Amino acid sequence: MSDRHPRLVVLTTTIIAMMLTVAPLPTWLAIVRPAFLVLTVLYWSIMLPRAGGLLLGYASGLALDVLQGSLLGEHALALAFVTYLAIRLNLLMRAKPLFEQSLFVFAALMVYESLLWVIDGWSGHPLSTPARWVHTATGALIWPLVVGILGRFRAPR
Amino acid sequence: MAVFGPDVDRPLYGRGPSAGLRFTVYAILSIVLMYYDQHGHWVQRLHFALDAAAYPVQIAVSSPRTAWNWVTQGLETRDALRAENQRLHDQVLALEMSVVREDALEQENAELRGLHAALPPFIKKWQLAEIISVDTNPLRQRVVINKGAADGVLVNQAVVDGTGVLGQVARVGPWSAEVILVTDPEHAIPVEVVRNSLRSIAVGSGNTGELLLPYLAVNSDVKSGDLLVSSGLGGVFPSGLPVARISGVRREANQLLAQVRAMPLAHVEQDREVVLLQFEPSHPAAPAPTPPIAPEAVAAPKPAPKIADPDQ
Repeated sequence: MSDRHPRLVVLTTTIIAMMLTVAPLPTWLAIVRPAFLVLTVLYWSIMLPRAGGLLLGYASGLALDVLQGSLLGEHALALAFVTYLAIRLNLLMRAKPLFEQSLFVFAALMVYESLLWVIDGWSGHPLSTPARWVHTATGALIWPLVVGILGRFRAPR
Repeated sequence: MAVFGPDVDRPLYGRGPSAGLRFTVYAILSIVLMYYDQHGHWVQRLHFALDAAAYPVQIAVSSPRTAWNWVTQGLETRDALRAENQRLHDQVLALEMSVVREDALEQENAELRGLHAALPPFIKKWQLAEIISVDTNPLRQRVVINKGAADGVLVNQAVVDGTGVLGQVARVGPWSAEVILVTDPEHAIPVEVVRNSLRSIAVGSGNTGELLLPYLAVNSDVKSGDLLVSSGLGGVFPSGLPVARISGVRREANQLLAQVRAMPLAHVEQDREVVLLQFEPSHPAAPAPTPPIAPEAVAAPKPAPKIADPDQ
């Protein structure tokens, strides 16, 4: 593992995160479940932007669309956009303390969910329960944990 | 892993197309995919093929649940099994008693309707399917079942369990199908109250144990405990299938509509198996087949309704 096969690590963790995202859970847990896939893709886009990159965001978003039965391209577009943001800001974010990173992640998750919301509305599924926004907060709260866990797969630079 | 390019540590900027350009390409690709997926095109066929690829993943993801069910089933005690056996035995007896006059009643019904022979059996074909994955959150109440196009499953087919209507098939993959539950916030089912044939529409609440009836006037005759059955309007569900029982009615003097909640009769959370129904089209209670909507008809702009001028 570690830096010698970064793409393998990135791919494996992304697949695990995708499994966690689509795993069936009781209703109340599903509401607070953070978007693991987005968090993982964000992490790799910030820390190793060349290993994953936009293609990782786009492809995993597409896979999520197929697994969740949403409009083909919906999650792909949203995830590619936040990946793009993270890649553009990766040098900036890497130097920030965890707290500020969490704030950025919160903003990114809000952008992600807003895009999904807008696409849902355009494609004729307008649903605006407050519950859909809950995961942005839990995602930001869990970010330090994500950094801790995924950081173990990387050799210190 | 050749997909990500040869070297990870090359500088981010300066080689190859910029991130912004690549994002634009991906964005355009997504929008094209979404547009054609929505409007029925080759992308839908691609989606169908991708569903086949997703099937093993769905099974893998729900395997902990399957394993847990298997373990708990394996560890059931003899007493529990005997109790269940006894319960099923009683249930069979009760059911036998309730159908003992059915043939006679059906004949009588046919005579009353002026027919010479009894109607053909209402349900042409039924199919057991296993639930392989459950997705119940406030935005989506869906389950995936292990029967698909290969088994003759059709979109909009009614799905029930032993106690009531569960939902309808929303999307069909080669070996699996997605069922939208009656509790999905995007689902609505035409119902009527058995007691007085009052018709309304039951909309999903996003909560597994609740349906809402938002279109009943404040003075309408509904009360807690009323049984709701499908009314047969709308062309998906036949009339007379039990759907839900009213669990609460709230009337406020300053509102035009009553707030009516109902509890679905189907046990969404506990079900492992569901039944797919196919109806005899010649039977009067069968839902009228809805003609597929032609894309041109949807795309064509509707003429704006003219408001009649009272002075003319």
